[in-house]
Amino acid sequence: MITVTHYVALSFLLFTIGVTGVLVRRNLLTVLMSIELILNAANLNLIAFSRQLGDLNGQLFAVFVITLAAGEAAIGLAIIISMYRLKGSVNLDDVAELKG
Amino acid sequence: MTAPFFFWFFATLVVLGAVGVVAMRQPVHSALCLLLSFLGVAALFVTLSAEFLAAVQILVYAGGIMVLFLFTIMLVNLRRTAGEPYVHRQAGAALLVAFLLLAVVGGVVVGSSRAGDLADGGRLADASKLSTTTITRTITQTVDGKKVRTPVTEVVAGNSQAVAWGLYRDYLLPFEVASVFLLVAMIGAVVLGKRTMERVD
Repeated sequence: MITVTHYVALSFLLFTIGVTGVLVRRNLLTVLMSIELILNAANLNLIAFSRQLGDLNGQLFAVFVITLAAGEAAIGLAIIISMYRLKGSVNLDDVAELKG
Repeated sequence: MTAPFFFWFFATLVVLGAVGVVAMRQPVHSALCLLLSFLGVAALFVTLSAEFLAAVQILVYAGGIMVLFLFTIMLVNLRRTAGEPYVHRQAGAALLVAFLLLAVVGGVVVGSSRAGDLADGGRLADASKLSTTTITRTITQTVDGKKVRTPVTEVVAGNSQAVAWGLYRDYLLPFEVASVFLLVAMIGAVVLGKRTMERVD
């Protein structure tokens, strides 16, 4: 039988893969994709508990998370494009101006 | 009750797509793996009786965000960076951190499930509350020249209707704030993406 634990474990696995992508990859585009994976994991968690508790509020929160993800992707990709114009690269190691 | 086959099938799809996003060298391949993962998550939303959100997931993620990613990959010329190493120098340490995270929080998830901390043993409840909602509205009628208001309670069916009533009745202010947020994001993206800032005198 599939319980909410299965969904939560899957969502957590997805979250960990996303965190790994943020930490490991050097390409800014792939880092942004990994952040989308993390947001998807959060949505899956919200909706799984919404289903288990029979409460619609989880789904409504997921709508807002999707809205935030859309805005974040638009701004993030615009930043990547302007960074590419400035540096000619989308590599995270090339933006180290703030390094002390 | 959800058929276990669908859960395992789409869960495998989601995890394979996510691993592909992190492991693929070329960003285009990562983006296609991300699409696979998004579609799997949308299918899992259907198994959790969140049909409206499954449709939104496909429209917004697989439609909108994916197109944005592909256009950006097209705009930044990545051939130049193809030969370089694509993972960070300290990837080993990062993998160790991720594994520790997996072990600790995964242990909590599985442990709390074993200890019976979840309501009703984590069983998925009857989904009827997610697909119906009760609304009260006032009907105004004119009887003998006077206006008579009678409150009527009715049950509307359908997950989309339930989400719509929730959004427009209970979460109206956050909904409007979200629309302002989207406007700000749109203006910000346009300004950041402009090629030159031309001075207007």
